[in-house]
Amino acid sequence: MSTLNPPDPLLKIYSDTESVRSSSGIPIADRVVTDIFAYTEKLTQRVVIREEGLQSSWKDNIDKFVISRVFGYPLMLLLLGAVFWLTIAGANVPSAMIASVLFAFQDVLTHWFQLVQAPAWLHGVLVLGMYRTLAWVTAVMLPPMAIFFPLFTLLEDLGYLPRVVFNLDNMFKKANACGKQCLTMCMGFGCNAAGVVSARIIDSPRERLIAILTNNFVPCNGRFPTLIAIASIFMASTLFLSQSLLAAGMITLIVLLGIGFTFVVSWALSKTILKGEPSSVVLELPPYRLPKVGAVFYRSLIDRTIFVLRRALVVAAPAGALTWILANVYIGDVSVIASIAGVLDPIAKAIGLDGFILMAFILGLPANEIVVPVLLMSYLATGQLTEFDSLFELKKILLANGWTWLTAFNTMLFALLHWPCATTLLSMYKETGSKKWTFMGFMIPTVIAFSVCFIVAQVVYFLGLV
Amino acid sequence: MKLKLGDHSNALQYHSRVMREQFGIRTTGEQYVIALAGNPNVGKSTVFNALTGLHQHTGNWPGKTVDNAQGNYSYRNKSFLLVDLPGTYSLLAHSVEEEIARDFICFGQPDATIVVLDATSLERNLNLALQVMEISSKVIICVNLIDEARKKKLSINFDELEKELGVPIVPTAARNREGLADLQKAVYSMVVEKKKTWPKQIPYSEEVEQAISALLPKVEELSLARVVNPKWLALRLLDSDVSFIETISRYSAIQPLRTVASQRQGGEFTL
Repeated sequence: MSTLNPPDPLLKIYSDTESVRSSSGIPIADRVVTDIFAYTEKLTQRVVIREEGLQSSWKDNIDKFVISRVFGYPLMLLLLGAVFWLTIAGANVPSAMIASVLFAFQDVLTHWFQLVQAPAWLHGVLVLGMYRTLAWVTAVMLPPMAIFFPLFTLLEDLGYLPRVVFNLDNMFKKANACGKQCLTMCMGFGCNAAGVVSARIIDSPRERLIAILTNNFVPCNGRFPTLIAIASIFMASTLFLSQSLLAAGMITLIVLLGIGFTFVVSWALSKTILKGEPSSVVLELPPYRLPKVGAVFYRSLIDRTIFVLRRALVVAAPAGALTWILANVYIGDVSVIASIAGVLDPIAKAIGLDGFILMAFILGLPANEIVVPVLLMSYLATGQLTEFDSLFELKKILLANGWTWLTAFNTMLFALLHWPCATTLLSMYKETGSKKWTFMGFMIPTVIAFSVCFIVAQVVYFLGLV
Repeated sequence: MKLKLGDHSNALQYHSRVMREQFGIRTTGEQYVIALAGNPNVGKSTVFNALTGLHQHTGNWPGKTVDNAQGNYSYRNKSFLLVDLPGTYSLLAHSVEEEIARDFICFGQPDATIVVLDATSLERNLNLALQVMEISSKVIICVNLIDEARKKKLSINFDELEKELGVPIVPTAARNREGLADLQKAVYSMVVEKKKTWPKQIPYSEEVEQAISALLPKVEELSLARVVNPKWLALRLLDSDVSFIETISRYSAIQPLRTVASQRQGGEFTL
């Protein structure tokens, strides 16, 4: 405790009462607030007479469930799972349709290039590199986003998100962090960079830093498609109900794990390098409203889906071209990409991935959206399978490259936990103004991602499960 | 203003200097300063606009990016300066808005504070009113949006509420200018006629009360306890973080009481 002015009598009393404040049990601040509200509740019951009004009753009753101690968490889980399930189950068919259309057009493009007798490398860079990556990004990412974002926006518009904050506040308190961190966390589901910037709403610098450093543990727009793609490719290659449910459960689990890491890391930070007591939050729960369907679709499709897709395409096009070049430039008789992957392979294998996956994550530093496209590109460019007509082929590609369920699971884990993208790191630097904290923001997730994946992989190897 | 120390007019000058420097508030000598507090979305600005009309001046709180609106009105040949505080749910948490509201009510020493409440959600709104009443006894509670409450078929027993809380309660519907004259009258009788109030103190649970009474003797020795309610001070010592305590001691150094600031000896204040 810094007592800048030791002789000040007030500060002296304050430091003398330290024992009362830090004594175990409910902090005095919470008891004070509880007491005030206990009194206002009694007083209000006495002076306010509510004549029988029928209108508001069902809305009040909903909140008894939504934010109740018993039903709050299960309901949250159920809604989260349902959103993922609808996304996965619904995205399969349109994905396959988009893929077949776009890849049919690739043949047309190839035909045109042959007509004008373009050199093979130009066709390679532009069609096999850029166009194919763009086609994959669109086919794999567009349908899930077009389903997921409207559903999420719908919940937001209903007024459910503030209830989530209410439910989670206690958990953040236990982690010695500010309940407002839940808001920045929810913001992080949209974009981690935005989540980091939104940590400005937290007034205590200590709690703000915690929120900034842990924001990365919720998957953002850029990583959701990766998770959803891998889960649906791997767990639900057919449209059987049980498998899409499994995939949805998988993603729910991954998200919960991310939230769990948010708590654990927040708690660890506030017990070690960022010590302190949590401050309380006053939250006004807005009334439930019927969402305006038009606005929801506009906001989620134009603002989010198109925005994220555009960002992905902008980064994916040059990345696709670069990957193609790397895959087709040979040093000796090994392509550049294969030799990079070869170098990374031992580390990657130890954590249950392979060299290409790790390389894709490293190349994905500018934007997480391109991890899957780069990965596919590098598999495709080196490998044989270039003819495909449906999304289900994707699984074959992965299997042909030695993927197991462990690879899929650990790729999802790594995608969830690994370092933040460059934009997020830049926001961290701008917000904290400190290279040290930005470095921490990079290192904490990285170390956790490697350790968790390592432990999972080693346990699985040891038990001989794959 | 009850200042026991020094020349009264001197202290008055000192006070207006503190107001100007710390809160950006300029009063003409004979003006009463009235603070306007309330939760967000309770029609506080409507009350403010309805009372002051076009006689407004907006800016920022010194050193903060929070809007500060001031306006004046006259009533029975007296001039009142109304200061619109940022909307807050409480004075306990740590947002900049709450800090401004708390510091102004506590250290700006307005002649009265009007707390605007939303009649349709009294329970939540009373929280702020009670906290303000803990700091200052010169509180008027304005229960706004009574038109909405009527629509929602809520009826409020204002007499009972006034008896319980011990401060003037004025029901208003500022949108229709309903009750505004009563509000002005209540302000007048409080600041000009010096009508007394008996603000209800929040009954805390035993543990909290015990912790307060253990601390109270030490707090009452402080010179600051002459300006600020010692019980409130004790509570904040028990539940706040150190930055707030540092704020208090920073303000206590510029209180009018400390006209003898030069008599600092070895860091101790002698008063």
